[in-house]
Order: sequence, then structure tokens, then C-alpha cells
Amino acid sequence: MAREIPYIAAVQEAIRVEMERDPSVVFYGQDVAPSDEDPLVQAFGRERVRVSPISETAEIGMAVGLALAGYRPVVELLMAEFMLVAMNQVVNEAPRLRYMSGGQVKVPAVFKAGYGFTAGWAGQHTGSIYGMFMGFPGLKIALPSTPADAKGLMATAIRDDNPVCYLINYLLVLEHGDVPEGEYTVPFGEAAVRRSGSDVTIVATGWTVGRALAAAETLAGEGIEAEVIDPRTLNPLDTATILSSVEKTGHLVLVDQGTRHGGASAVIAAEVAEHGFTSLKAPIAQVTALDVTVPYSEPMEAFVLPNEEKIAGKVRQVLGEAPVAA
Amino acid sequence: MQELDNDRLVWMFTQMLRIREFEERVKRTFEDHPGVIRGHTHLADGAEASIVGSLATMAPGDQLMATYRCHGYPIALGTDTKSIMAEIYGRKSGLCGGYGGSMHLVDPSRGFLGTSGIVGQGIPQATGAAWGAQLRGQGQVVLGFFGDGASKQGAFHESLNLASLWKLPIVYVMENNNYNVSTRSEQEDANAANGEPLSVKAAAYSMPGVTVDGGDPIAVYETVGAAADRARKGEGPTLVESKVYRLSAHGNIIAPPGVPLHYPEHEAITTFGNREEYEAALRGDPVPRFRARLVEQGALAPERADEIAQEVHEEMDAAVKFALDDPYPEPEAAARADFVYA
Repeated sequence: MAREIPYIAAVQEAIRVEMERDPSVVFYGQDVAPSDEDPLVQAFGRERVRVSPISETAEIGMAVGLALAGYRPVVELLMAEFMLVAMNQVVNEAPRLRYMSGGQVKVPAVFKAGYGFTAGWAGQHTGSIYGMFMGFPGLKIALPSTPADAKGLMATAIRDDNPVCYLINYLLVLEHGDVPEGEYTVPFGEAAVRRSGSDVTIVATGWTVGRALAAAETLAGEGIEAEVIDPRTLNPLDTATILSSVEKTGHLVLVDQGTRHGGASAVIAAEVAEHGFTSLKAPIAQVTALDVTVPYSEPMEAFVLPNEEKIAGKVRQVLGEAPVAA
Repeated sequence: MQELDNDRLVWMFTQMLRIREFEERVKRTFEDHPGVIRGHTHLADGAEASIVGSLATMAPGDQLMATYRCHGYPIALGTDTKSIMAEIYGRKSGLCGGYGGSMHLVDPSRGFLGTSGIVGQGIPQATGAAWGAQLRGQGQVVLGFFGDGASKQGAFHESLNLASLWKLPIVYVMENNNYNVSTRSEQEDANAANGEPLSVKAAAYSMPGVTVDGGDPIAVYETVGAAADRARKGEGPTLVESKVYRLSAHGNIIAPPGVPLHYPEHEAITTFGNREEYEAALRGDPVPRFRARLVEQGALAPERADEIAQEVHEEMDAAVKFALDDPYPEPEAAARADFVYA
């Protein structure tokens, strides 16, 4: 049975369900359940639910150690940027230990953090910084865009035997949607086609999925049918779904809240340019954030971000550039 | 803590000798077989007593983590020296299949959960493993090994704070060899600069801090053992500063491909011109010191000591021969997806 709950509640529900299901799951982090009355503490006790000091290197490093010792830690890191404080553990320890051991060990850990909080949080708490994580083989990246995916991807992240950066878009936390009750997983590496269309493929992530769908509605009024694809996980990345859509539409617009250089859309563009070039009737276009630090003041913040108008405009441009069919 | 009977003492001596002989073979490889070892190696010669004294305290289910200076631990734990040498030579039958090399040995089947090649970064991982031991509730402990340099890292301070706060069953064993590569402790450590032992850092985290002669395996055994007993009883972590003298340079020279690698002299000589310090350390070498002590107290007959030395010599001959003869991995094995992702 599905019922409507907010995105943030879906995340918490997944953690609770997985903790009930598997006693090796532990959950901790800064400001996690400081009160003994917290429902998770009530349900699972202080052994498995702990509040930690502001010590990201220790928090993430301990998750690696717990995972090596057979546990499944979920670390609450609040803001994706706080992972930067402990970058070595995130990218140079967790994803490399299995490979360097010749497959002897595994590191099933979830690094849970918010990102993309472009709501006046200025330059150091707003970033969509997952692009850099794509360069570290062994590290998975989940970017849920709906409440149902928020639950299902968290459950999959906890069950996965590898380190996962599970990233909550903070602009979406109060979005409501149908979420299945009980155990519910969404597989990694399977993109969701959010809208079908035959004229142009729009690939969007996280908060920009909703913006792309809004743009698609506007474009539909102009007789342009856009297909909107949400990869849901950037690693593994479902390039097959994107390539088959491009084969159908011949046009690709990539939308991402992160920066353009070194970002997720650049990686997807490269994959399609290499493997789908003959399908393309026009150059690939990107609608990303500008390559600047996100500014505080609202009009400037809006200026640097992708939005519905920019997406629709880029689609029109891409289609206009296409050679006229015979 | 178990009494050390004669058999156990001889076992400890044997492990010390095996580590020493293994490290000497690594070092000699640079001369005998140029080009066979690539990259960087770090030797445990001088730290054998500290390693063996610490590991002798381990009970079934106990675990440890260490640093890039990691050859000694698996040797004492019983990992086949053939597979360790083959790993250092980058061969197919290496302990980690040639994926890790000298700095990244791991043998989880013997409780050796791994190493970090980055100074201090294994400390929180060992601390997390200790949370795991606490969750299991079977009185098991984790030994976390690191060097004196790591105690200037945030990872050290964050981890000790958390371990003390949560009374985690871990013994932090700081092998203090007094050098960060070529920088002396008193140049970069406030405690050392003020004439204090580095174990005083424990006081900041409300845990016991003890300094021990890391050249004396029995003293190390008793100190680490007492700390482990305390941890098993749920009383929390201890910081043990084990003072050792590294008898080789920090590592082999760092040079681009094509330049033959070798071990330079110790930094006491090359950086500070203090040959007397190094020669004093050689005179106090823990391995012959422990042999003499065991012979003197009648725990080990000199003939038996010679036999052990011969057996160890043959074991390491075989390790080198095996590693030299072992094939390299198939290049395509680098792309094994099941090693990138579990």
C-alpha cells in the first residue's frame, strides 16, 4: 500500500525499516537523536543509534572500520560539503580498500548528506558537488528526486556492499508523493523515464527533474514532445536508457544543478558523444549551474541556476539547429 | 593476560626474527634483483619487539589495523611469507593479488582488517572496528597501530575523543620512532619539544596514557595486555606510546622509473650527521637483546636459537624464490569489476 508522505519522511522510513530488518545496520552522526526519547533510540537503543561530535574524519573513518568489521553504518553528514572535511575517507579510503585488497574486504557504508540547498545558504552550504565523486571507482552515488525513490534508493544503499554517497536534495525535503509502505527498494543503475516523448531527450537529476518536467509541459503546448529521464544514480549510470532515448529523439539536453566543468552532465555528454553520435541530429546542449560559487543574494542565486525557462529555451535552440528533415 | 611460558617466549623470539629476516630480504632485493620492487616500501626493523609484544596479547576474534609500514603484523599473525613477498614483488599469488603492494597488506581471515597509506587515516577505521567489537559484546578488542607523526593529525584527536566518550574496546599503539621521515619529534610535537612523552596526549581525552620501551617485547606485552584487559572489561581505550628505533631509513629512495632504488642510511646520519645516535640504536637492537635475555634466563638454548635462525633463513629464502618465480598478474585483471565493486 502506498500513501502520500514527504520526501524527508521517506528517507527516515527507509532507515527505520532497514534497521528493523538487519541488526547490523547502525545510524549515527551530528545531531542524530540527541534525546533518548527519539523514536529510533526507543526502537533500536543507544548501541545502534548515536549522536556524534563534529568530527567528520572520525565519523566517516569509523563507518569504514565498522563496514570492514561486518556492519552496515549509515552516517548522517547533514551537508554534502561536510564530506569535504573528510574527503580522504570518502574518496581515498572507502572506495579503494576492496580493490587494493584484491577483493578480500568490502565496505558497505552509506554517507548520507544534503546538497543543492540554493535557498539563501550562500557559497559553502549549497553545492551540488557529486560530480567530483564520479571520478572515484568503487563509490556509488544516489540522487533521489521523488519521495518513493528517496525511500527505495536509501534501502538499496544500505543493502549495497559498497560505499554509497546518498544525497538528499534539500529543496525537495517537503515534497509529497506516494511511497510504498514496508520494505521497498529501487535498484541502482536503472534510470526512470519520467515522461515519454519523441522529439528531444532531457536528462535531469534531483531537483532539476521537476523543472525539466515543467518545461516539457510548456513545450508540449508548442507541439514539442520531450522525453525526461532521471538517472537516479550517477554511479552506476544507466547510459543504455539514455542512449536508446537519444536514438529515438536525435536530440539531447542535459540538466544539472551542479557546475558545468567536471560535472555530471559533462560525463553523460561524453558517453553520448562517443556511443550515440550517429543518433544525434544536433549538438548536445547543457543547462547547468554557471561555473561560479553560488551567491547569497536571491536574484544572483536564481541567475546561476537552471530553471524551466532556460531548459525550454535550450530545447527550442537544439531543435532549431537540427537540419530540416526531408 | 596470559603468563608467558617458555614456549610462548620462544614463539615471540621466533616471530621477531622472522620479521627482521623478512625486512632484510626486502631491503636486499633492491641490490640482488634491481627493478623487482617498485614504488615505496617501509620496513619494521627495530619495531619487531613492539609488534610481537602487542600481537601476543590478541585473543580469538580480536582485530587490528595498521599503517603503510605493515609487513610485520601479518608475518606474526601467520600469513604465509611467500604471499607477502609476492605481493611486494607485484606478483599474481601475492596476498592482495598485486592490487595493493607493500603499503596495503590485509588479511581479514586473521583479523588484520587493513592499512591506510595516508598518515593517521587508519586510526578512525580501527576505532569503527572497535565499535563493531562493542556491538558484538564478546569482550573482543581492536589494536590500532600508527606512528608518532599521526598524533598530529585531526584523525587521531577526533578518534581518541570518540573512543573515550563511547568507551570503545581499543588499544591505540603509537609506535614512536622519533622521526617523521626526516623531521625529529621535538621539531614538530609540542609535548616532545617540552620534554614530555607523547602519551600525555591521552590526558586530553580522559584515558590512560602509558609509555613503554618498545624494544622490550615483554614490557610491551604487559602494557598492551593490561590495556586490552581494561578494554575487554568495558572500561574503554588506552593510548600506549611504544618507543622504538627504526633501524632503516623511512623508506627506499623516491625516484622516477629507470632509476635504481635502494635504502639510504638512516636520517640521523643523512640529515643530522649524528652517526653516534644510530650506532647506539644498533647496540640496543631488540632482536639480539631478546635472544641474550632468553638464553640467560634459560628459556632458550643457544643451539635452539641457532636452529630457529636457520629455519627462518630457509623460510625467507623460499619466500624470495617463490616471489621471483611467481608470474605477474594478467594485465586485464586490473579491470576486474568484482574487485572495484562488491
